[in-house]
Amino acid sequence: MSLKEKDFMPKEELRALQLKRLQETVERAYHLVPFYRKKFDEAGVKPSDIRSLEDLKKLPFTTKQDLRNHYPFGLFAVPMDRVVRIHSSSGTTGKPTVVGYTRHDMAVWTEVMARTLLMADVSEKDIVHNAYGYGLFTGGLGFHYGAEALGAAVVPASGGFTKRQLMLMKDFGATILCCTPSFALHLAEVAKEEGYDLKKDFKLRAGFFGAEPASPGLRKAVAESWGIQYVEAYGLSEIIGPGVAASCEYGSLHVFEDHFIPEVIDPETGEVLPDGEEGELVITTLTKQALPMIRYRTKDITVIHREPCKCGRTIVWIESIKGRADDMLIVNGVNVFPSQVEHVITKVEGVTPNYVIVVDKKGVLDKLEVWVEVDEKMLTDGVGTLERLQKKLEEELLNHLYINAKVKLVEPKTLERSMGKAKRIVDRRELSS
Amino acid sequence: MTKYAVKQLSVFLENRRGRLADVAKVLAEAGINIRALFLADSSEFGILRLVVNNPEKAKAVLISKGFAANETDVFAVEVEDKPGGFYSVIKILAENGIDVEYTYAYAGASHTAILFFKVKNEDFSKALKLLEESGHKLIEAAKFYE
Repeated sequence: MSLKEKDFMPKEELRALQLKRLQETVERAYHLVPFYRKKFDEAGVKPSDIRSLEDLKKLPFTTKQDLRNHYPFGLFAVPMDRVVRIHSSSGTTGKPTVVGYTRHDMAVWTEVMARTLLMADVSEKDIVHNAYGYGLFTGGLGFHYGAEALGAAVVPASGGFTKRQLMLMKDFGATILCCTPSFALHLAEVAKEEGYDLKKDFKLRAGFFGAEPASPGLRKAVAESWGIQYVEAYGLSEIIGPGVAASCEYGSLHVFEDHFIPEVIDPETGEVLPDGEEGELVITTLTKQALPMIRYRTKDITVIHREPCKCGRTIVWIESIKGRADDMLIVNGVNVFPSQVEHVITKVEGVTPNYVIVVDKKGVLDKLEVWVEVDEKMLTDGVGTLERLQKKLEEELLNHLYINAKVKLVEPKTLERSMGKAKRIVDRRELSS
Repeated sequence: MTKYAVKQLSVFLENRRGRLADVAKVLAEAGINIRALFLADSSEFGILRLVVNNPEKAKAVLISKGFAANETDVFAVEVEDKPGGFYSVIKILAENGIDVEYTYAYAGASHTAILFFKVKNEDFSKALKLLEESGHKLIEAAKFYE
């Protein structure tokens, strides 16, 4: 079967394949990784208990902390001489998480990346401008291998050097852009400043955007300013890197289910939630050799859908990631996701989609401020009109977040532009308490 | 009548120390001459309104330096520099139901003052016509661009 056909596998065939692979994965994890054996024994489950896909929920969860506790290679299921690649997270919030790949894992990764790119039918006719960071981060190399496998010409631009990147995109006639959504927007901004006509000077037809959550508003802004098909690419290094899921032309984020089984749980109780309910995404790898992950808690918030998608793919789809549980702010007891704020400001005329959320303590209460940039074209010259804009944003935020946020209008381009994942939150509460 | 439409620049400024100096420096270095200015402010930000000798160039330079700036049409009336000069103009506008969004002025050379007015776009030509009919002296935009 062709790569693309794998997304359309008959359901029964897919379930049978998943069960066979799940049983193999659980066997290998139990016998090759002491950590898993201990965990299964404590939970009183044996690999032989996994007789159907339903039995998955008997298995214990794995967390980022487990990876950190066994830093660097403690959860690997193969000897180091079988490992051909090592990636690692930046470790901004503690010890880095380290992941490894065998030759077989590299082939799987290349396959799911190729299938990601096939969401926009990338082929040897395309020139792929890859502005994801190359290095320990999985984004750059992940997309690189996938695009190369499809025979496209890859430009390994990596991050930074915005103006130079624009020149190369134009001169090489790039048809596909791969980068984070916030960088795609930054590229568009700088292109306009440099006097480019985004639609005439560039040949882009589609882009693959991931590595950070993006609200519907931001996705729309990126798609419209470049005039391209917006494909959302979802993944995380603990599972494989990018290539876990990708969105079809109808915007449904399809999980490559023959390699990864998704579940959604209640993050508080760990209970599996029915399809259609929002909760934390949990993923089990079915084909990873070096680092099998059993019921890995991603901390990403989403909803699973099993109703058929208009595109005809049989593989399950999930909703765009609302945010990472890590990014979730609890402000006066209310959960706030940066993507909700983003959604509000992208709907309002006169401000750019860049924002920073500042949380402070004021006495016993938390105080939420959202800094938003006035559009450089400034739609008004009236102080009153700008004050009304500020009020309108505050009202909209209240309607969406159920919490009072103060909006501060700032000058264009004063909020830090990010080359990789955008930094959207400044939490000063720990500092002031 | 469009010859009387003076291109006024408006620049958004956060209330941060040194921002006014930053704007002034950008314009000075670009060789832009400021003919009139007015700062409208709220508690958190301000809008600097400028009449300059080359509005297109000034706007381009400001935007390239990262300021939010736009252009608005205002008109200029010359009155005698004596009590009642301002009233003679504002009276005409008020009697004819034309709202003044904002206005600023400077006392020019030899006994005259220049008043700038911003009215709604739909009232612009009507205001000019009324003032001409009442014998007021409108100033052509080109005079500020010399």
